[in-house]
This record gives sequence, C-alpha cells and structure tokens, in this order.
Amino acid sequence: MTEKDQIKHHLTDALLMAYCAGTLPEGFGLVVATHVSMCDECRARCASFDALGGVVLEAVPEVPMSPDSLFATLKRIEADDAPPGEVAAPVAKSGAVFPGPLRDHVGSDLDGVKWRSYGIGLKQLILPVARGSSVRLLYIPAGTAVPDHGHRGTELTLVLQGAFRDESDRFGRGDIEVANEEVEHTPVAEEGRACICLAATDAPLRFNGILPRLAQPFLRI
Amino acid sequence: MSGRIHIVQERGASRFAPFYAGAWGKDLLAESGTRNGSMVDIDSNAGDWAAHLVRVRDAQDEAAFAALFMHFAPRIKSFLMSSGSDATLAEECAQDVMATVWQKAHLFDPARAGVATWIFTISRNRRIDALRKQRRPELEDLPWGPVAEPEQADAVSLKQETKQLGQALRALPDKQRRLIERAYFGDLTHSEIADETGLPLGTIKSRIRLALERLRHAMG
Repeated sequence: MTEKDQIKHHLTDALLMAYCAGTLPEGFGLVVATHVSMCDECRARCASFDALGGVVLEAVPEVPMSPDSLFATLKRIEADDAPPGEVAAPVAKSGAVFPGPLRDHVGSDLDGVKWRSYGIGLKQLILPVARGSSVRLLYIPAGTAVPDHGHRGTELTLVLQGAFRDESDRFGRGDIEVANEEVEHTPVAEEGRACICLAATDAPLRFNGILPRLAQPFLRI
Repeated sequence: MSGRIHIVQERGASRFAPFYAGAWGKDLLAESGTRNGSMVDIDSNAGDWAAHLVRVRDAQDEAAFAALFMHFAPRIKSFLMSSGSDATLAEECAQDVMATVWQKAHLFDPARAGVATWIFTISRNRRIDALRKQRRPELEDLPWGPVAEPEQADAVSLKQETKQLGQALRALPDKQRRLIERAYFGDLTHSEIADETGLPLGTIKSRIRLALERLRHAMG
C-alpha cells in the first residue's frame, strides 16, 4: 500500500471548486495545492473542476474583440513577450517531506525550517501570504496537545508528518481536516514522532483558556 | 523559442491585414488547406479544437491559431468581464491568454485536458494575476513516466466526457447553472450572495452541492 492509498480525509467540493475557480485566499490555496499534490483522488476531482471551468468558459456569451486584436496578439508572439500570470508547476522530489508547492513557498524542505518556539515544545513558522487568510507550519511534539480552540472562520489542517487525533478521528500524513466554526477540538499528536502540520485560517482562532487567549496577540494565531 | 512566427511588419502588406478590416481571418482560413503540407480542411474540422491546437504545437500553424483565437478570445474576454474586469483590461488579458496558448502549446496534451479546459486554466491564472495581483499556488507536476505518445483512447474519452459535461451544465435549471457560473467568475462572495439573493450562505452552498450532484448524476 503506498502513502497515497492511506489518505482518508479529503477536501470538500466547495474548497476544490474554489481552488479551481481561482477564488481561494492564497493561504487556503497553498494548503489545497499541497494536499492535492499528495492525493490522487483529490487530483482527479480537481481535474473535473477544471473541466467544469472549461465548460463554463465555452458557455459564456461572446464579447467581440477589437478588430486588430489577432494581429496585435501575433505581433506580441513574434516579439516573444512572455505573457504574465504563468508560472512553472512545482516538481516532485522523492524523499522530501514537503510536497512541491509547499517546498517552493517555504524555500526549503522540513530540514531547513526556522522554527519559533512558544512553550511546551510547540513550534511554529508563519508563512507569508496575501491578505485574506493566514497560514503556518506547526510542530507538535509527540504526545502533546494543541490548546483547546474553536474557530471563527474555517481552519484547514494538513498533516505532513506523524499524526494527530482529536474528538472526531485520526489524521495521518496527507490527511486534511476541514474545521468550521462549530468545531471545538483538542488535537493531540500521537506518540512516536513529532507531528508536523500545515494549517490555514481565514479568521483568528478562538482559544478557550485564559492563558492562550492572552498569548494570542503575541503568537499571532 | 521554436514557436516563432513571421509576420510582415508593414500593416497594409500583411497577410493579417484582413483582421484590421474586421474580416476575422476568412482569407487566412481559406488558404489553410495546403499549409504545412497537412492538407487539413479546417472548415470541416471546425470545433475540433484539440486538432487545431496540436497543429499550433507541432507546426506553428498560424491558420489553426487564428481559428482558435476567433473562437476563444471573445469568450475569454466575456469571462473576464463577468469576473469584474473592465472591457479594456479584459481585451488585453484575452490577448495575453492567447499569446500564452501559442507559447505554451508544447505543454498541451490532449490526453490530459481538453482545449477549453486548458485555456480556462490559463485565463483563470491571468485573472488572479491581473485582478488580485496574486499567484495561485500550483499543483506538483505529476511524473508521467516514459509514455511518449499520448494515448489516443484517453483523448477520445476525455473529449466525450467533456461534451457530456457541457450538456449536463446546459440541462441544469437556470438558477443552479447560474450559481456554478458565478462560482467560476469569482462572483460568489458571502456578502454579495446575501445582498443579491437574500439567502444565507448555507443555502447557497447546499444549492451548489445539489447542482454538482445533478452534474455527477448526468455524467453517470
């Protein structure tokens, strides 16, 4: 059984569709792209949502182009102007912990991450993304619990190494948990090896204890 | 780059002069039968965009490109305007997208994606870049192994499925179809949905889900 067969928790239609439509905030897009790069099932669904985009494009009413537009385009092709907006796809690298999209974003694999500690062994690295969401790498030592928290918006948590359990289930490498505001949970890293996650939110987390709540502005979570 | 084309700079003397007159390249299409010795009749092949794009890819066929341009550019422009772009920016971006189609034609594989799908993804990325000044985090490229020739059967079944999907979308009730379209235009923000329809987001989400279920059902 390969790693890809072991993924049990997948993306929702809404998230995949928004990723394919290009409407997700960048932080969510990064988590989605990272999961899909690990998950054949979601990759296939993603291809279907791209195809649906193609069908929508075919169905829109035409708006006439200016009369010289084809000529202008051919001149640009001849001048070899590289049109903006296209980037090369990240490439797979065997043995890497981080899939291509995350490795490209961080600038290194797991071994190059410059963690910041915030007590009881927890570490994090906030990744730079455009407004609209925030995204971070989390290092949870084996057997440690992340403080009990609820969500104001949506939180995506993708496991990259190790595993965690919460009230609902177990999440191992490649699994993604999609938590909305109804979810209040206490993820606990499994014994064995540290759990590394990529987590994105579109609103600050809401911690339930007084100490985490005080610490929140400093931790920027 | 290999995909370079050569056009006459002098406007009046250009073979593309018909486009200035708004004649939309009929001359270019008419002469395409013998281009590159391929003897392909574009008119009888109209709508087989994969065949056109493969000719752009393999033979830098300008007539095939012109046909693709005439079909897709007005749709890309429309798509971008539905996404909130003004006409000037949409026109410019549609040209960008079509220039990318030429320049990236070597990446097109009819066994992996249909032409409309492929052009949609380029249009979407151009829109994110132009309107949101962002980049979409892209997927890791799949290693495809040593298969040199795309599987003909894959391309055929993909084409068939895409056609079915188009029919299924058209067959959806108007409201559901509009919701799907608006999701792709990037036109479905929470507050707008509430303003325009008076519906809470949960209802919209379940309607999209319903629309997707119907599409899946139609795809058998």
